[in-house]
Amino acid sequence: MAGLGVAALVVIVLVPLASGDPDGLNRVAIDLGFIDREQDPPFEIIPGYEVPFLDGSASTIAAGLIGVVIVFALVMVIGRLLARRNRREG
Amino acid sequence: MPLGASIGMQPLHAPDGFLTVPVALGMWVATIAVLVIAVRRTNRTLDERSVPLLGVMAAFIFAAQMFNFAVIGGTSGHLLGGVLAAVLLGPWAGTLVMACVVAVQALLFQDGGLLVMGANIFNMGVIGTLGGFALYRVLVSLLGSERRGRIPAAAMAAWVAVVAGAAAMAVQLAVSGFIALEVTLPVMLGVHALIGIGEAIITAAAIGFIAVTRADLFELRDAQTAA
Repeated sequence: MAGLGVAALVVIVLVPLASGDPDGLNRVAIDLGFIDREQDPPFEIIPGYEVPFLDGSASTIAAGLIGVVIVFALVMVIGRLLARRNRREG
Repeated sequence: MPLGASIGMQPLHAPDGFLTVPVALGMWVATIAVLVIAVRRTNRTLDERSVPLLGVMAAFIFAAQMFNFAVIGGTSGHLLGGVLAAVLLGPWAGTLVMACVVAVQALLFQDGGLLVMGANIFNMGVIGTLGGFALYRVLVSLLGSERRGRIPAAAMAAWVAVVAGAAAMAVQLAVSGFIALEVTLPVMLGVHALIGIGEAIITAAAIGFIAVTRADLFELRDAQTAA
């Protein structure tokens, strides 16, 4: 479970140092001109990894920490369901 | 960087619109087929003690994907994590973890489209967790034992998985009819050959760290994969 702390550390320490340049796919999409095909999402919850009421890197860190917790919780729930059924059948 | 400055997180995954609806749906069919098998296999073999490890790996891959590293000429790259997930969790549990990461990014953070989510899970997850892991197995046996070959095999498989995922995306773009394969493929392969080096380094570092601190986790995976 200490690994969860490592994930949080990555968000707090490394993510603020991340490159702001487009990634491989987006660079190719810009260079080859198909970036315009991007469609707006049908709904928005935390778009762009920025939470409201916070600015700058604090906003991205907060969004990243929310994501870490939600991804962890989702996988724990799915894992518990699969593992528990496994035990009952066994 | 001053704390007030915006990081301006770049989108990490393909948005809707990059692929036509038929191509996106076709990729969803392929991905759902793999996920059905992954759920069944995981259901049969998942040990309760591994569940927290699945959660932690998913959280780490989500966090690490947010760290865009500079590669060349105003271009960045980020971890995909498929090989890392499969080496630590086995290919099927690794596939489920990758699908969860991509799903949360699309649904909660609007990073990566909903229609193209099947393609995103396939290109960044399945190719690494199934294809990359199969290659990892071959490399490990060529190198003698997993204990000895773990890190170089994982690094090489991680690189190949990134390049193969980029090639798959180029093919899907071409089949969508937006851009010819002979135009997209060379540039996609070129830039991802560089990004793959970052993937290889992060994958090797993470596995090396776990081999030193928690070598017992590999035995847990083997007990499950064998079942």
